[in-house]
Order: sequence, then C-alpha cells, then structure tokens
Amino acid sequence: MKVFLMYPDRDFAPQQEPLSNAAALTQDLELNTLFEAMAQEDKLLFEVAQQAVLSSLDAPDAIRYRQAILKDCLAYPDVVRQIYSLSIQSIENKQRRWLGIFGRYPSAVLGGALELLAMFVGLLKSLKKIADLHAPHFESRGFRRFFAMVQQELDDDYFGVVENHLKTLKFRGGVLLSAELGTGNEGSNYVLCKPNQRDPRWIKRVFARKPPTYSFTLSPRDDNGARALADLKDRGINRVANAVAQSAEHIDSFFSALRLELSFYVGCLNLSEQLAPLGGPISFPQPVAPDERRHAFRGLYDVSLALTLKRNVVGNDVNADHKDLVLITGANQGGKSTFLRSVGLAQLMMQCGLFVTAEFFCANTCKGLFTHYKREEDATMNSGKFDEELSRMSAIVDNLTPGSMVLFNESFAATNEREGSEIARQIVSALLEQHVKVFFVTHLYELAFNFYVKKTEKTLFLRAERHSDSRRTFKLSEGKPLQTSYGVYLYNAVFETDPV
Amino acid sequence: MSFHSVLFKNEGESKRQTVERPAFFGDLNLDQIVDAITAGKEAYRLQPFFCTPLREVDTIRYRQEVMQDVENPTLLASIKTFSEKMVVVRRYLAMVEKLDFAYHKKGWFLEAALVYCAAATELACALNQVNLRSRGLLAFRERVANYVHSATFEALRTEARKVKEGLRGVKYGVIIHSGRFSVRRYAEERDYGVEVESIFEKFKQGVAKNYLIDLTKRAGMNHIEAKILEFVARLYPEQFAALDQFCRTQGSFVDEALRTFDREIQFYVAYLDFVAKIKHKGLTFCYPQISAPQREVFARDSFDLALAHALLHTKQPLICNDFSLQGTERIIVVAGPNQGGKTTFARTFGQLHYLASLGCPVPGSQARLALFDQIFTHFEREEDIRNLRGKLQDDLVRIHDILARATPNSVLIVNEMFVSTTLKDAISLSKAIMARVIALDALCVWVTFIDELSSLSEKTVSVVSTVVPENPAVRTFKIIRKPADGLAYALSIAQRHRLTYEQIRERLQR
Repeated sequence: MKVFLMYPDRDFAPQQEPLSNAAALTQDLELNTLFEAMAQEDKLLFEVAQQAVLSSLDAPDAIRYRQAILKDCLAYPDVVRQIYSLSIQSIENKQRRWLGIFGRYPSAVLGGALELLAMFVGLLKSLKKIADLHAPHFESRGFRRFFAMVQQELDDDYFGVVENHLKTLKFRGGVLLSAELGTGNEGSNYVLCKPNQRDPRWIKRVFARKPPTYSFTLSPRDDNGARALADLKDRGINRVANAVAQSAEHIDSFFSALRLELSFYVGCLNLSEQLAPLGGPISFPQPVAPDERRHAFRGLYDVSLALTLKRNVVGNDVNADHKDLVLITGANQGGKSTFLRSVGLAQLMMQCGLFVTAEFFCANTCKGLFTHYKREEDATMNSGKFDEELSRMSAIVDNLTPGSMVLFNESFAATNEREGSEIARQIVSALLEQHVKVFFVTHLYELAFNFYVKKTEKTLFLRAERHSDSRRTFKLSEGKPLQTSYGVYLYNAVFETDPV
Repeated sequence: MSFHSVLFKNEGESKRQTVERPAFFGDLNLDQIVDAITAGKEAYRLQPFFCTPLREVDTIRYRQEVMQDVENPTLLASIKTFSEKMVVVRRYLAMVEKLDFAYHKKGWFLEAALVYCAAATELACALNQVNLRSRGLLAFRERVANYVHSATFEALRTEARKVKEGLRGVKYGVIIHSGRFSVRRYAEERDYGVEVESIFEKFKQGVAKNYLIDLTKRAGMNHIEAKILEFVARLYPEQFAALDQFCRTQGSFVDEALRTFDREIQFYVAYLDFVAKIKHKGLTFCYPQISAPQREVFARDSFDLALAHALLHTKQPLICNDFSLQGTERIIVVAGPNQGGKTTFARTFGQLHYLASLGCPVPGSQARLALFDQIFTHFEREEDIRNLRGKLQDDLVRIHDILARATPNSVLIVNEMFVSTTLKDAISLSKAIMARVIALDALCVWVTFIDELSSLSEKTVSVVSTVVPENPAVRTFKIIRKPADGLAYALSIAQRHRLTYEQIRERLQR
C-alpha cells in the first residue's frame, strides 16, 4: 500500500536538511507569502509547501505527473479534502489514545497494537467506500493507481481475515511455543506456534498414541514462578507483538504518507482559492528538459506581489527561447525586481508541479535555482559588504551543477563599477560556459555593455522603461542597455569625494 | 627449542618484574602512556611488563623480534580472536561455579570446552599460515602444534562436538496457561508470527520501528526454566546421558602454555594497538638499534608519545624532532623561547630510551639508542609545604642525590633547574652541576634558560626552540609596496573567494 501521489514510484520524504540555497530563495523570492497562501495557517501545510516548492523536480515527466493529479484535485476538491480528513483523523485518534508508546512488555505491546489496529481498520473501510464511490471520475495516472490499489487490497475478504486474526491473537486457549536448547542448555528460539488442526476423524483421535507430556502447576503463592512464566510467554509472543505493532505502524505511516502527500495538493487548492478572486490568469506550465534553452511566457506576474496587494498585477511577455543569459537594465523602480522574482517563482512553481501565474509559460527546468541579490544590510560584522557578496557567490558555486539557473539582482555593486563589472563578467562568463542559465538585473553598464558588444545570439537584453511623464510602466521590453544610470553613478562617484 | 615465554629469553628474567612505577614515570609522562596502552586490559596485569626495563640487549632483541612478527596484521588479528575466545572461556568457567541447576552447569561447561577447542585449533592454524622470524613465536608455534595434535586434545574436541550436536537437535513445545504449563516434543507446528506478518505485509511503508522488547537477560535460569529443562531431559534421555559422560571425563582442560601466552602476548597487542592509533596521524615508529656500550645516539622524526596521544582527537599537528650525539658528545642543552617545545623535546629523549628498553618500537623514522642502567629526571616541583627546605635547597638536594647514584650508563633529564634563585646564582650553580655531569660522562638532556651552559665543553651540543613557521592557512597581513592597478584589490578578493573566471571553471568541472 503506497500513496505515490507525489512521485509515480516513490514516497515523498521530506528532507531533514534544508537546501543550502533555501534561505536565500525564501528571502529573495518572498516565498513565505506563497507558503502562507497555501497553508492558510496550518503548520503542516506550510512545511509541506515549503518542502515541495524548494525540492524541485527537474524531469518534465515527473512534473506532468503531479500536474495531472493537481488537475483532478481542482476538479474534485471536496473528495480530495474528504480523503485528507481521514488521514487527519487517523493521526488524531492515535495521538489521543496511544501516543506512540505501547509499553515495556510484549503482552502490553500486543494489547495496545491490537486496539490500534482495530481503529485503523475502521478508517480503511471508510477509505474503501470513498474509492468505490468516486474512483471513476478521476483521470490522473496517480489517482487512478491509488484508487485501484485501495479497491484491490482492501476487499471485504481481507477485512474478514484481519478481524479473525485480531481475535485469535487474544490467545484464549493458551500460548504454544516451540523452543530449542541454546548455549548452556538455556531455552532459546522461542517461537509462537499455531496449534495443529486436530484430526477431524474422531476414531483416529481416540486411538492415536498421545505423545508423552509433562505438566507442572505452580503453587498459588509462587509469585516469582508466575512472573517467570509470564516472562516466558512474553518471550514467545515478542515477535508476533512486534509484527502486529509494526503492522499498526505501517498502517499509521500509510495514513501519515497520505496526509503528507495530500497536504501538498490541499495547499495548491488553497492557493488557487486565494488567487481566484483576484482575477489574474493561472495556467499549467509546459516544462522542457533542462538541457534545452527555453523560456517563453505571456502575462507572467509576481504571485507574491499579487497576494500581498490582493489585486491583479501587470504581467510581462518575454520570449527568451534559445537564450542562456537575460540581462535586465533600466530605470529604478521600473519593475525589474518584480520581474526577476516572477521568473524565479514561476520556475519553482513549475518544478514542484504547481500551476503558474501566467496565461502561458514554457521553460526548460533547471537542476537548481540560486539567487544572488544585493543585501541591504550586512548582518555579518566581520566582512565588508563586497566580501560578503563574494562569499555568498562562492557558496553558490559550491552547490552549482551544469544545468542550474542563477538570478542576480544588483550583484557586485558594492565596489566601484569597473571592478564590479569585471568580476561579474568573469563570473557570468564562467557560468554560461558551464551551461548555467543566468538572469541578471544590473546597473553595471560596463557589464551589460560588455555582453552587448559581443553580439551573441544567446543573450537577451531587457529594459525597464520610464515614460517621459515619469509615470512608470512596470512592463519590460527588449532593448539594448543604456548608459543613463551610469552617468548618474559617475556624478555621484565624483561628488561623493567632495568635502561636505 | 623449548618454549617458556614470549616476553623473556631466559627463564629467570620473568621473576624480576615489579609493579612499582619508576620514579621518573610522572616527569616523562610515561604514566600517561602506559595507562593509555593498558586501558581496558587490566585483567591481563600488564603493568609489571611496562614498569620493568630490560637489562640485556639480547632480551630486547628477543622482544623486538616478537613485536615485529605480531605487527603482521593477519597474525595480529588471529591473536586477537584467540584472546577474545579465551576471555569467553574464562567467563563461562567462572559462571559454571556459580550456577544452581545441574544440566545448566553442564551446559555451560560444554560451551567453555567448545570455545576453547576452537581457540586453540584456530591459533595453531593461524601460526602455521604466517611467516615467523622471532625465536619466541617459533618456539611457541611448535609447542601449540604438538598440543593440538595430542590425543588428549583430540578427544576433548571430538567428544565436545558430538555432545553439542545431540543437544542442538533437541526441539520441544511449551504450552503456557495461567499458573501452569506443559512440555512435550515439538510436533511440527507452524510459526504463527510469519502468518501474522504476511497478513499485514501490504501496509509495509519503508522501515518500521522495532517493537521487539529486549528480553535478553543475565545468563542464568529460574526454577521454571529449570523445571522445563528437567522435562526436556526426560523427553530426550540419550542426549543428556552423553552430556553427563562428557563432564565426568573432562576435568580442567586449559593448557598451561596457552594460558601464559594469552597473557604475555597482550603486551605486544596492547602496544601495537596504541601505536596504530598514533600512526593514523601520519607519525612513524621504528625499531631502534641498541647495543650495550653505545653512546652515539640519534633519532629522526621523533616525538613525545604522550603528547601525540593527547592530541589524537584534535586537529593540531604534532611537530617531530631529530636529535643526535656523536663522538664525545654526551649532553644536549636545550635553550630558546618558552612554549617552544623544549620540555617536550626532553621528554621525548627520555621516553625513547625507556620504550626501547622494553623492546618496543619507538616514535621516529630511525633511531639508535643506548642501553641504560637507570634514568633520572629533575623536573620543577610544585612547592610542597610539608617540605621545609627552600626550593633552591630542594633542587640541590635532589640533583645531589641523582649524581650520587648515577653511573656513566645512566640517562639524565634535567628540566629548568634553579629557576627560583637569582640569575647569577643560577649560572654559577648550573655551571658547577654541569661540570659534574660532564665528568660523569652520562647521557643527558638539560633544558635551561641559561645560554652559557651550551658551550661549556665539547661534550655539550646546543639546540634551540624556534618559533613555528607561519601557518600557510593564516593570512600574513603583510603590507607590500605595489603600483595600484585598479582591479588588483577587488580581483584579489575575488581570487581569495575562488571566483575568478578560471577558478569557477575549475570548480564547476570537478
């Protein structure tokens, strides 16, 4: 019994260690706004959203597997929430009554586990009922498999067998153990046995020679003896107690896995419900293999911004197919950062199986997404700002692999423009050469210009525009880098040295 | 070649063992070394072996040979297996003495015999499979081979196996009700646990917690188990009769030579285990050349073994040192800045000589050392209020005592004498003592802050502690004049972060 709603062939196992880039991504892309919309104040939903979004899939097939399931969820949200609530009940019942510990003696373990199993059997029956009722409507491979499994494995016969065992395991007729002589002639290998069926032919039974049997009855005052006998029984049922307890735990983990995996989809449902009243478009993205160079979208907007402002925000249209570097220059407050964030968010949302906030979105997946943003404050006291920028960059390089994607926002501006440009140029050139896709928002004219004069086919230049009446449009358009902000920079640089 | 010991060439030598630690143990930190070596091996009583230096070059060689043989990892592993089994044998036999029920006692006696037979047989076999050079182990191998082929041993082994085989086949059923139970032969009933497991198999989700309660208990038997065993013996009379017979015929079966070997060989095992840990740090050991009249001593890449042990779990590197005395040179005068490893150097000299005298390999890549009659140390003492003499007087009394007992074959280690007096006094007193040491012609290491001591005679050699060369990982913060070329500063920072074009390429191509 496997849930397999996150992957076609394995469990969704939350990672213990956060990814090295998780904190930066969360901060730079304002992921918490997204997670909060998915969680709706549920701690588990928040954590699962965080896990799923941050541990990207990169195989398009794997992404489409989740997309199909999510489409089912969007079509039948009530059924999905009903199954989800079964998994919640299982956890809550268990926490209320068992709290995970069964006791220090096998007999106590067995007793506790049997009760727990009986509770689970009830929930499994409900699950079976839901499957019988709704399975035909679901279209995704994931849900079809899930329901088929439930119907196949949990038929009425099976429930009968299980309930029968639950009764037998109470051992009303004594416990039969087989044993051998271990080291020092001490009894060992105690194994609980099922008594052989008696021969149904009574005549044979009467004449069969009874095997020699020696019996002993304890004196009623022999407390030590009674304890020793109980120990022996415990020794015999230890394994079966373990088996029953483990079975209970397995069913428990089945429900936990169900809860965990559905948490993601419930989070997606929450998000779609939050976005619906804002009126912005959502669509399922088209993922392409990471070794291709695709990035084309229409009406892509920043989901975090929309959720924060609680209104529809302006989207961008870009065609960066076959490009490996997108350089964004232009006016301050021209929507460059919002644009960069929308690119990052869409990438992560696509790679976890979510829909994206765009009319259309098609991009290659990446092996890892990294952000390198200018930090307003330097929290670390021991290194200069430039030093700090570089050490963050170095940490990114440590974790980069070919096929990754890096979003730079005003990076390497903590030194003067010549130095910053040169270092950025070296870094970006090396990354491109190693098949890393780069989006770079920058004021460093020298840097942008340097790539511009190379006239390479693989670079796309975008510019944030300002209208002449200084009303900012938030739309980016294709255009070569302009030196305007460079002049202002120079001016500042020159006059900064003047005594005040 | 008849065998009597793997530690002593001559039979008389083993009698001279002392449990008392030599006076210099503390000063040279040999106490720490010996404690670390013998830790966990108290049962073998190894302290006497480590507290008694050898007096004869040939006995030292005798041990060096055995140690070299034992260094063979195959042999070392076999010896350890043997020792572990012998520990088990002793534990079982001790247990038999304490048990209450007859078939329980006999059961454990049989187990002890089985383990013992395996231990002896495997050891004999292992000794045959390695190339031995040492006189000690060659003699022992012969002794063991004779023993395991003897009729006594053969009988012990075959009987024990046969009896155990019979008991192993015993299988029975116990039916437990509340307050009573019955025992009968096993009737091929099926394992119910397997059935229960298979019913719930489909819910298996990865690894489940283990709910098996640990029911292992102290070896022993309560009266219920004893009663069951009694019933089982009645169900299987033949098997238990064979056990009775075995216990009647086999008395105490442990061979005396094996018992001695089991203890003595631990001297080598303990030392080599200790050395192996130190070697992990990239440090080396060697077998020193030793000959009786030798005064020209040297060692290369040597170090303080106690310090090496203390640093074992740190990242701190250990600095190795060389020393050498040639021709008429007898005294190494150690001077230089404090905290520079002077005392460590002096201890190293003493430790090396002592360890060599036990027949052990010593820290270093190569060494030639002297066979000494005594080692004397004069280290700074904490002021002892019970000692009414002043510190200076105490220093003098102690050194006087040492000089009175020392011979030209002694080794002296002097560490910062006369620090409690005026420099002028210290100089003149030190010179006077030094003159006596020179006259004595003994080997000596003298740590001092008085530079004059180093050039008093052609017998003295001066060594100086130096400041540790700069650690390349640490930046020097040196200011170097260089024409400013604009990019240089930022690029050098980038370079430090390994972020230049070339560096990133290299890093990503890993």
